[in-house]
Amino acid sequence: MSGANDPFDPKQVAALSPEALDAAVTEGRAAFAAAADLDALAAVRPLHVGDRAPLSLARRELGALPPAARKDAGQRVNAARVALAEAYDARLAVLTAERDERVLAEERVDVTLAADRRPRGARHPLTTIQDRIADIFVGMGYEVAEGPELESEWLNFDALNTGPDHPARSLADTFFVAPEGSGLVLRTHTSPVQARTMLERTPPIYVVAPGRVFRTDELDATHTPVFHQVEGLAIDRGLTMAHLRGTLEALAKALFGPDSTIRWRPHFFPFTEPSAEFDVWFPEHRDGPRWVEWGGCGMVNPRVLTACGIDPEVYGGFAFGMGIERALQFRHGVSDMHDIVEGDVRFTNAFGVEQ
Amino acid sequence: MKIPVSWLSQHVDLPAGTGVEDLDAAFVRQGLEVEDVLRTPATTGPLVVGRVLEIEELTGFKKPIRYCLVDVGNPDPQGIVCGARNFAVGDFVVVALPGVVLPGDFAIAARETYGKVSDGMICSVRELGIGDDHEGILVLGTEGFEPGTPAAGLLGLDDVVFDLEVTTDRGYCMSVRGIAREVAAALGAPWQDPAAATPPAWSGEPAWTVEVEDPQRCDRFSMIAVEGLDPAAPTPWWMRRRLTRCGVRSISLAVDVTNYVMLELGQPMHAFDRAAVRGPVVVRTARPGERLTTLDGVDRVLDADDLLITDESGPIGLAGVMGGASTEISGSTTAVLLEAAHWEPTGIGRGVRRHRLPSEAAKRFERGTDPDVTVVALARAAELLAGFGGATVVGGVVDVDTRGPRPEIALAADRPQAVAGIPIDTETVVDTLRTVGCTVESAGATLTVTPPSWRPDLTDPADLVEEVVRAVGYDEIPGVLPTVPPGRGLTPAQRRRRTVGRALAEAGYTEAPAYPFVGPAVLDALGLPTDGLLTLRNPLSDEEPALRTSLLPGLLGTVARNLGRGQRDLAVFELGVVFLPGDGTVAPLPPVDRRPDDDTLAALLGAVPSQPWHVGAVLTGLREPRGHWGPGRAADWADAVQAAHTVAGAAGVELTVRAGDQLPWHPGRCAELVVGDVVVGHAGELHPRVCTALELPARTCAMELDLDALPEAPVAQAPRISAYPPVHSDVALTVASGVPSVDVEAALRAGAGDLLERLQLFDVYTGAQAGEGQKSLAYALTFRAPDRTLTRAEVAEAVASALASAASVGAVLRGEVGQAVADGA
Repeated sequence: MSGANDPFDPKQVAALSPEALDAAVTEGRAAFAAAADLDALAAVRPLHVGDRAPLSLARRELGALPPAARKDAGQRVNAARVALAEAYDARLAVLTAERDERVLAEERVDVTLAADRRPRGARHPLTTIQDRIADIFVGMGYEVAEGPELESEWLNFDALNTGPDHPARSLADTFFVAPEGSGLVLRTHTSPVQARTMLERTPPIYVVAPGRVFRTDELDATHTPVFHQVEGLAIDRGLTMAHLRGTLEALAKALFGPDSTIRWRPHFFPFTEPSAEFDVWFPEHRDGPRWVEWGGCGMVNPRVLTACGIDPEVYGGFAFGMGIERALQFRHGVSDMHDIVEGDVRFTNAFGVEQ
Repeated sequence: MKIPVSWLSQHVDLPAGTGVEDLDAAFVRQGLEVEDVLRTPATTGPLVVGRVLEIEELTGFKKPIRYCLVDVGNPDPQGIVCGARNFAVGDFVVVALPGVVLPGDFAIAARETYGKVSDGMICSVRELGIGDDHEGILVLGTEGFEPGTPAAGLLGLDDVVFDLEVTTDRGYCMSVRGIAREVAAALGAPWQDPAAATPPAWSGEPAWTVEVEDPQRCDRFSMIAVEGLDPAAPTPWWMRRRLTRCGVRSISLAVDVTNYVMLELGQPMHAFDRAAVRGPVVVRTARPGERLTTLDGVDRVLDADDLLITDESGPIGLAGVMGGASTEISGSTTAVLLEAAHWEPTGIGRGVRRHRLPSEAAKRFERGTDPDVTVVALARAAELLAGFGGATVVGGVVDVDTRGPRPEIALAADRPQAVAGIPIDTETVVDTLRTVGCTVESAGATLTVTPPSWRPDLTDPADLVEEVVRAVGYDEIPGVLPTVPPGRGLTPAQRRRRTVGRALAEAGYTEAPAYPFVGPAVLDALGLPTDGLLTLRNPLSDEEPALRTSLLPGLLGTVARNLGRGQRDLAVFELGVVFLPGDGTVAPLPPVDRRPDDDTLAALLGAVPSQPWHVGAVLTGLREPRGHWGPGRAADWADAVQAAHTVAGAAGVELTVRAGDQLPWHPGRCAELVVGDVVVGHAGELHPRVCTALELPARTCAMELDLDALPEAPVAQAPRISAYPPVHSDVALTVASGVPSVDVEAALRAGAGDLLERLQLFDVYTGAQAGEGQKSLAYALTFRAPDRTLTRAEVAEAVASALASAASVGAVLRGEVGQAVADGA
């Protein structure tokens, strides 16, 4: 081997001969191919592409050649080095892929082992269905109105054309707050929210009011003393029963499917006139498509408008109310009211966060 | 109101082929809800009318037994053994011949019994499935029948009974008369008004002296007297049958007749034993101390508001509700005073509720009866008593009639179509109202309408509109969506409640709304105050008369119920209102003919006690489940605090925590939840005594906070996100165990200055190495500048400053766990 500044000696640059270079490449390729794994490849790498490898050493000899010969020899060395580097990279890629495949295979897990590491919660379906109904109306432009559960007797009854001697005011239906004559009751329907809204706002009024209401029924499979309603109220100029029907139909389709609709049966409520009960057509009923009784509705009684300071000669409107528990019962096939009120987590968790 | 189709069809010419479904639809269309359609249970085989020819009393058995020969239309009489004794030779009865199968799969065959061959059965009402009466067999009467006639049609076994729910405004539909009118209108069929008959002109002096002291509450009081009633005369079987089918028990001819007329005409009546009435009859309100024993045998203390029928002896009837025992028709009554009156409805309702006496008569008076038919009803009753009891009317009719003219209603002719939203011409409006029974006069665009006497519910134009629209048909009205002005969506409070509920659900809590009723037992167990609670006058349970001021009683009840059903790991929450004690202000009851004035309205709204929304959560068992990854983790106080943070985070407000001491929490494991300067709730482990008292697992944890006390979330300001590398530094501090970590943290933050990006407590150590009464807290501090890469010197200075600040709360450096390392630099 000669140093960079050694005088030219052709015998000493045999390493740059085409034969020698070819031999180095062939040898290297064979060594790489023989390496069975990455470790073996890493072990042979210095022998063929490292600083001490024959081609690296040969490259150092280039300086010893006369400039005329240097160019040719340089190209030969570089070609040999590239060839060998490519051979190495190719083998490395193959062995890396083999290793990765083996490792990934070894790392295989039983993905079906995965389970909830955090417990799952749920919102009560009474809540989610009320939200859903509210959203349907908010989408139509309504706002969500609220009122207290413990309500003044006047707003719960008198303002709604249910005078002091009305049977519904008796102890048999209404929870009265002590002492006698307190003027306070647990609201028996969400309708006092109507009265509050009319007293607080000026028309046009379009509101829905979901909420909890109370009647003195014992809990059984079909009754609960604490239940939920959603009330709707629209007061504007020129509202008709056709608008009421259109609104209820839109609700039915949004909540019970595009094939749902409603029908009316004449009925009596003190706070609406004309009044009707309404049924919804529920195609998905678990016992087959059918009409299901759902709520009451009607055109707001002018007496109610008067009591709430709205001129019935100018404005009119409609109101409707329906039971949330009832909707749950038929929409979700709940057969016993106990399940809705008892807070059994098995029941509620079946509904998830958003039902 | 139950009505047999056979009775209805006596007054309405039902179109040929009218089926049960058609009637059902007609009722619904008229607003009469069909609660039930009752059909008599099926009887098959030869059921015939028989006539009793001979009765042989069989003796020597445990009970008296009869062997009867009954003519059933065959050449030879039928021999039948019978245990009943309420019939005599010559009576017509109903015989089930061998081969009949009675309701309940009761097959009749010839059989030997009591030493005789019984070739069939004489039937009772119950055996025929047409009533509950099993006192004896059904006796049809002594004449007017033919032995051997098939009995099924006669008995109305193929008759259908509709059970209708009559709403409170439609009192007139609590009669065959009213329902016939509705069905006729619905089907467009002719009908005959059973009240159309003209009463006879009874001659002579009025049969009794009557004075009405309170014409406001009784504007018509009519009475006649009959004599010569055969007290033993039975009620004809068809009348008994109709009463039974309508749900009215047969008592005696006189009483049955008054009930029958009530069902037919809707006019309740009362029959007094004339011999028991002393002197003039006076209708007046009760005087102090007066009492009345009513027909049900109850001695009642009367109220000054009770309207009475009295004689010289005092009260003899609670007007419109129930008669008195002293003048009751007895088994020997031959002279009867029949009374039919019109009472003011709301007063009747008050009496019913005061005395808890919901009678059939009161049900009708409370809804309003037709004042025109009092005398017609008396005439009808007299006719029936004459026909079946041999009674004759004596003297003239008493008729105290102080009614004023019926009020007129002005109705704009276009009002019905304006309400319905479909064209309804004036002719239709007028025709419909006339069909209803109104008198209608037309003057241009306004109609002057006088409702009929039987429709006291028609008082406003809106009532008339309903009649018209109902007649046109609700089904004719199409659906049209109104054009609603744009709304503002949910309010911030409404959105917040949803977000909070969702956040807790997603954090693993199950929503469990509970009833708001609580009682002293659970409040005492929880150590919650019991003073000043709002209570109900009529709670469902005397154990729980109060309204909750906390969500915890309900949540803990829910947890206990779930544990009782085999659950072990529970995390439940409720979002609901609580009821804060009011100040005892009475809510006023202003008139409803106008809007209450502002002061009254403010008083009205102000009297309603405050009802803030709370959110509460309870945990027990494992908070993180066990699995192949490990044994799980038990819920502890920190989970309860975490729940509060979840709520605050969802609500967008900053919540701080400090040590609290509040029942029902463990005094050493209670976090006071603070927003700003306001304590909004508590969280932690429940007091062991509470767990014991309520039989809950030890270390059950709970959180409750007042959602309405949280301020509205501020509009969030975006932080500047620095692109320069952070520098991390961990410090471990030793501090007295009584110092809250939150204080150490606050001191570190204050000292570290603006360069501190993040601070996290990652270890707490309280072992021996920390020293007696000391604990070690290890914090990871992250520093970063917005505008440059921090130098080691800058970070060292900030850490030193933080440590100096921490020293102010007694925290000293135990060791700098990790050196400041610049990431990515």
